[in-house]
Order: sequence, then structure tokens, then C-alpha cells
Amino acid sequence: MKSLAELQAIKEKMQNKVALREGSGEKRVVVGMATCGIAAGARPVLNAFVEQVNEGGLAATVTVTQTGCIGLCQFEPVVEVTEAGKEKVTYVKMTADKVARVVEEHLKGGTPVADFMMKA
Amino acid sequence: MKELSLNILDIAENSVKARASLTQILLSETANTLTLTIADDGCGMDAETVRRVTDPFYTTRTTRSVGLGLPLLKLEAEMTDGTLDVVSRHEAEFPDNHGTTVTAVFHTDHIDCPSLGDVVATMTTLIQGHPDTDFLFRHEREGRESVELDTRELRLVLEDVPLDSYEVLQWIDGFLKEAYQ
Repeated sequence: MKSLAELQAIKEKMQNKVALREGSGEKRVVVGMATCGIAAGARPVLNAFVEQVNEGGLAATVTVTQTGCIGLCQFEPVVEVTEAGKEKVTYVKMTADKVARVVEEHLKGGTPVADFMMKA
Repeated sequence: MKELSLNILDIAENSVKARASLTQILLSETANTLTLTIADDGCGMDAETVRRVTDPFYTTRTTRSVGLGLPLLKLEAEMTDGTLDVVSRHEAEFPDNHGTTVTAVFHTDHIDCPSLGDVVATMTTLIQGHPDTDFLFRHEREGRESVELDTRELRLVLEDVPLDSYEVLQWIDGFLKEAYQ
């Protein structure tokens, strides 16, 4: 049974890591979570990013956050990746399955995945 | 919406936007009804706004002029011969006791009743997105033990460790999944 004692252990482990976590957020992954995004399937997309960024050891440099309507409702789920000094990348019609390539090629490798970006 | 848990995620976002410090999400099942109550202590709405919130052409959004969250939930509840009620006390009128309560009743034996879906994912998503506000989740089912999570209790244990830490989110996910077994 998951217990509060287990949560206490997590806290102690985390407190030792706090210094390491500060200064994070070089890259931001922003998932649109308004009615349009949620209905189109943003929840599994967000959860896939949270899981893969953390399991992939990227938590120190990548922050995953939620926002309201980005204004591209017909292209939802929409995900924006921002990085200081670089142009914002907008991924459209995302699915949880597409997240692995964005994490691997863009967040780890530094090259945006053109296949998932909006076509002009 | 494919499942009711997605409506819950959507409507609870309204509470967070209304600057709620505590948002309560309560599910109560009887043999043939499911009652969803989302109650917050946010800024509340005046009577005119409450009257308009289930109108799809009323919205607080700035990106376009259609707001479908509450209208969708109302439609889904009414399709099962159920109801949707919104009660609100605006902070201007009730400075010490403001907030909004949305109550939707579904008839679960109706063919058009949506499935509840993954409420655990809805709770972890809400907490991930809003680690500085509190959520109380309770699911009461006849003849079974209630499933309950109160982030205020977790905060007492975690002290300065944020609720959106990955390890904490995983614990919440595991805790709720175990409670549902």
C-alpha cells in the first residue's frame, strides 16, 4: 500500500537534490490545455512529456508546463517549445506516440522535428 | 469529450483561473446515478455571469468568442436525463465566503451516459499544472471504500518539496490507482 511514509522518503530524497534542480528550465515545453486541447487529446500528450522528460534525465534543463488556449484550436493538441535565443517551435496535432521523437530529436538532440510542425 | 474525466479536468481549470486556493472534486455514485460536484473558493461570479456560463457564446477566453466547457458538460448530463447546476457567490458581495459550485447529475443506466474514464490521470494532470493550489478529490461508491486524495495533507509531509516533482506525481498516481483496486 502506498503510504505517507513512502512520501516522506521521497521528500527527504528530493530535499537533497534541491540545489541540483535550481537553475533549471533552459527549454520549456508548453502544452495547450483549454477545452479544445483537452477534447483533442492533450492530456496523454502532456503526461507523455512529463514522463519522458523525467525518465530521460532531462528534468534539469527542460520544464513541462500547461497553458490555456493557444488560439489554434483546429490544430490541437498544440505544443510549443521555447528556448532562450531561439525561435519558438510549434507542434500541431500531437499525440502521445509523437512525443518520443520530440524528446529524442529536439529536446535531447537540439533539432526540431519538422514533420510535426505546422505546414505554411 | 470522450470521457467524463476530461470534462472534470476542463471545468476544474475554471476554478484555478478563478484563483481558488482549494478546489474540491467529488464523485458520488448510487445504483443508477453519478453526481459530480466541483466546488471552489475562487472569486465567484455575479448573477448575470452565472446565468450566461452555460451559453456557448459566452466565454472568458480572449483567443476566440466561444466557450464550450460548461455547455458541453450540461449537454452531456442532460442527454442522460440528468441536470447541471451552477451556484456562485461573487467576492464583491461575499468577501468572506465566495466561490463557485458546479453540480452535474448523470443517470448511469441511460444509454447516452459517458464513461468516467481515467480520473487518476485527470488528478495528476491538475496537480502537475497547478502545484501551488490545493485539490481535494473524493469518489464515493455504494458499498465500497471511498477513494480520497487531499493535497493539503501531502503538503504537510512534503514541506518545501513541490507537488509537481516527478517522484511525487508518480506517488500520487500509484496511490490513487491502488485505492481504486
